[in-house]
Order: sequence, then structure tokens, then C-alpha cells
Amino acid sequence: MSEQPLLEVKDVETFYGKIQALKGVTMEVNSGEIVTLIGANGAGKSTLMMTICGNPRAAAGQIIFDGQDITNLPTHEITRMNIALSPEGRRIFPRMTVYENLIMGATTSDPAYFDKDLAHAFELFPRLKERKDQRGGTLSGGEQQMLAIARALMARPRLLLLDEPSLGLAPLVVKQIFEAIKMLNEQDGLTVFLVEQNAYHALKLANRGYVMVNGTVTLSGTGKELLASEEVRAAYLEGGAH
Amino acid sequence: MEYFLQQLINGITLGSIYGLIAIGYTMVYGIIGMINFAHGDIFMVSSFIALIVITALGLTISTGLGLTILALILVLVTAMVIASVYGWTTERLAYRPLRGSFRLAPLITAIGISIVLQNYIQITQGARVKPLQPIIADGYTLMTRVDANGEFAVQISNMQILIIVVTIILMTIFSLIIAKTSLGRAQRACEQDRKMASLLGINVDRTISMTFVMGAALAAVAGLMFLLYYGVIDFFIGFVAGVKAFTAAVLGGIGSLPGAMLGGLVIGLIETLWSAYFSIEYKDVAAFSMLAIVLIFLPQGLLGKPEVEKV
Ligand SMILES: Nc1ncnc2c1ncn2[C@@H]1O[C@H](COP(=O)(O)OP(=O)(O)O)[C@@H](O)[C@H]1O
Ligand SMILES: [Mg+2]
Repeated sequence: MSEQPLLEVKDVETFYGKIQALKGVTMEVNSGEIVTLIGANGAGKSTLMMTICGNPRAAAGQIIFDGQDITNLPTHEITRMNIALSPEGRRIFPRMTVYENLIMGATTSDPAYFDKDLAHAFELFPRLKERKDQRGGTLSGGEQQMLAIARALMARPRLLLLDEPSLGLAPLVVKQIFEAIKMLNEQDGLTVFLVEQNAYHALKLANRGYVMVNGTVTLSGTGKELLASEEVRAAYLEGGAH
Repeated sequence: MEYFLQQLINGITLGSIYGLIAIGYTMVYGIIGMINFAHGDIFMVSSFIALIVITALGLTISTGLGLTILALILVLVTAMVIASVYGWTTERLAYRPLRGSFRLAPLITAIGISIVLQNYIQITQGARVKPLQPIIADGYTLMTRVDANGEFAVQISNMQILIIVVTIILMTIFSLIIAKTSLGRAQRACEQDRKMASLLGINVDRTISMTFVMGAALAAVAGLMFLLYYGVIDFFIGFVAGVKAFTAAVLGGIGSLPGAMLGGLVIGLIETLWSAYFSIEYKDVAAFSMLAIVLIFLPQGLLGKPEVEKV
């Protein structure tokens, strides 16, 4: 296929002050794929996610979404491009209700779709419907994660960025969340870029994956290839992340 | 008892004015964590704008009721609009360039802006107090008591009624904006997590600007009320009222809107009751001691939110 990728990251470098967190990252996500990025704590995974969203901004390189250069777009314009992020640590608005959090997610969407999108989000995570009028800060970790994903979906994204959605959650909840991601991808055709430390689950779910070490991508391949790779097994699977 | 009731009415009136100013402090603090020391001076500038417009309109006590109301609405709107421009401009020119700088930078700048505004008014309007003849007269006698000491009447003036009613209306509108509109939601979102708000498509800079504008508009309302109620203003009233309103905001729990309103009332009441029963010289000491006491035993203020949240 000669089709261009939905998201292209080319030689991106990002700094925090003088500390270089990304040292020339190149990767891509094609339309309809689930792509995962795995790597140890501090490798730069979240930094890549945030750089795609323009905060911090890439010091060098290019980020291209749907053929458009978005490298220097202000962060609040990124969502308008239909890229939505469920960030590390979920970042739910704690003193807003679940419902208000979802309204915030729909900031850039056409209000005509709101009811439909809300129903869809509640269908995906019925727990949120039960807790609709509860404050975000009072939800359990799993519920907050569901809300973070649902909030991102309210932006009607073409690309969903998920930063460690399984972090700190009970295995049963992790399973639920991964099933939801799979469903979004298969039924709605949503393209997903997933950052995970839970490498086993992520690689099983993903079409393709990248491995990041110290701010650079060291390995890439299909989910199956990476699961079978010695390097990945040694570094990320043995010792049982699953 | 009658005497107390009278002081209560006076205290609530004064508290309404403090509450209106306090909202500007508390909202700006909530959203960017900065004490806008120039806010009291925006209040002062607005009272001068109101005075200029009232004089230009030739509004006096002999103007008919209907015309007075129309004229006051015009004065109010003009003062609110011009104050908003001042609020917006100070944020845009003096505070925004310092965002992301060290914490004290905008604070010091705010003090600078405060001095600039005071001197600006001092130069353009003169340093002496400016009087305004009463425009709204009369009132109601609620009850009268006659005893050996003579007669004492509990009165509420039309001016007091106006101040209290306008304050209630504006605070209601304002609370609804915060609770129900997309602007209000954006403000709360920025207050809780600015980065996340921008990730969801909120223009954070614009939301902050709007917060300054809203605070300034409410300060303008207070400025007009102050002018009408006391009938004298000078370039320094912003400092005194500003410190009181700031105290009210801290007392109520900085960052909390109902807190600012409540804090305003409490400060207004303490000040009035203290002057009535003890000594007028030490009324400010009383108000500030109250602040110290509350902060020692209730560091979050009366209605402040504890910062305990699940992650
Ligand atoms: N806000 C920040 N300021 C300074 N350094 C940071 C910041 N965020 C992350 N870093 C550093 O950048 C590197 C990459 O971090 P991060 O992207 O969070 O990694 P990961 O998500 O893979 O765990 C780490 O060395 C981390 O300490
Ligand atoms: Mg991370």
C-alpha cells in the first residue's frame, strides 16, 4: 500500500531544560492499527506522547498527522486535529463530576454529536454511567482510567493516544480496559497508539510495536515478532510483568 | 437589640462591597496561583470612571427615579467595560510574559502595576478626595424604639438596598456562569489542571484573560457602589479596600467563590460591629486579627478545599 501513515514522527528530539529526553525518535502509526510503545521507566515514552501534543515542544524533527505538519501547533489546537490523549496518571479533573469531565472531553467536538458520543462512552464503560454525577476525584483508579479514555473519546479522535492505561490497576480491570481498546479498534476502526510497561498484554493486543531505550527506538516489529524476540523477552517479559 | 440590627445592616452592605472585590482575588489566585495586588486599584480606577460618567451625565438627587435607574445602569456598564479593559491589559502586558517565570516575579509586577495605577489616577484626577453629592436618598424605617435615652430607629437606606440587591443579583449570575457555562467549566478545568485543559482543546491563555476580565468587572460594580455609598473617593481607596477584600478572600478560603462572598460578609460585619461596640480606630486590627486566628486554626480558610485527592 502506498497510503501515507496517519501519524509520522521523524527524528524528534525533546529536551527538559538541558536534559535530552528524546534523542531522535522515528516511528509511524498507520490508519486502523494498534501500535504499542514499550520501554522501561524513564525511557521517554510519556515524553514522546506529550511531544506529539506539543507540550513540551520538539526541539528538532517533525511530527506529521494526516499529511499535515503539526510540530509547532499550539497544544490546544492538537485536539482539533482529532488527536486525543489519555495521559499518564489519568489527570481527571478531581472537582468536576464524571459528566462534566466528559463535557470537557467534547470541547472541540460538534455539539450535535454529544448525546450520541455520551451514550457510546457509557455503553463502553457502564460503570461511568452509574457514577455520572460523582466527582472525578472520588472514583477508584480503574474508574478514573475508564473516564480518562472516555473523555478522550468524546473528542471524536481519529488517533487515540493512551499512556499506560493499565498502571496500578487490578488484573481484572486491566483486562476490561484492554478489551475496550480492542473493541474500539475493531468495531469503530479507531487508530490507537498505546504506551505500556505491561509489555506482554500490549504486544499481544497490538499490530506493531516499538521498543524505546533511553530516548531512542531500538527495536520495532509486529507484536508477534517482538513477543518472540530474545531482547524483548529478557528485558520486558521475564520476571513476569503479566 | 435595635442598635445591633442596624449594625448588621451596615455590615452586610460593607461586606457586599468587599465580597465583590474578593471574587477577583480568589478567581485569579485559583487559576494562576498569583495574588493580583493591582486588583484593588482596578476597583479604585472604576470608581473614578463611575464618578466621571455620573458627572458627565449630570446625574443629581433631583433626577427622576426612572432616569436615575437608567443612568446608573449606563454608568455601571461603562465602568464594567472600561475596568475589564484595564484588567485584560494588565494581564496581557504585565503578567502573561512572566508566566513560567519564578513565582515571585508576577507578584512583584503586580505591586508595580498597583503603584502605576495609583500614580496615574493621582496625576490625572488629582491627589485630593473627590466628593459626590448623594444621588439616591431616603430609605425605610424598620422599627423604632423609644426609651429614656430618646428614640432609636433601625433604618435601611435605599442605597443599602441597592447595594445588597445588586450584589445578590451579580453573584447569582456569576455563580451560574461558573457552574453552567462552557467558559465557567473551562475556568474550573484550568484551575484544576491547566495542562490537561489545554490537551482537551481549551485555550488556557484566553481563559486566564477572561478571568481577569470577570474579576475586574465585578470590582467595577464594587467601585460604583462604594462611590455612591460613601460619596468620597481618592486614589488610595484601592489599597485599603483591596487589602480588606484580599483578607476576605483568604479568610473564606482562597480559590473558593462562596468563600470569597462569605469572607467579604464576615470582614464587613467584624469591621462594622467592632466600630460600633469598641473603637473605630482599631477596626482594621480587628479584621486582620480575625484573619490570623482563622489561619492558625483553619489554614484552608472557612470554605477552602483540602488538597487531598486520589491519584
Ligand atoms: N517535566 C520533566 N522535567 C524534567 N525531566 C523530565 C520531565 N518529565 C520527564 N523527565 C525526564 O525525561 C526522561 C523520560 O521520562 P518519561 O518520558 O516520563 O519516561 P517514561 O514515560 O518512559 O517513563 C526521564 O529521564 C525523566 O526523568
Ligand atoms: Mg511514562
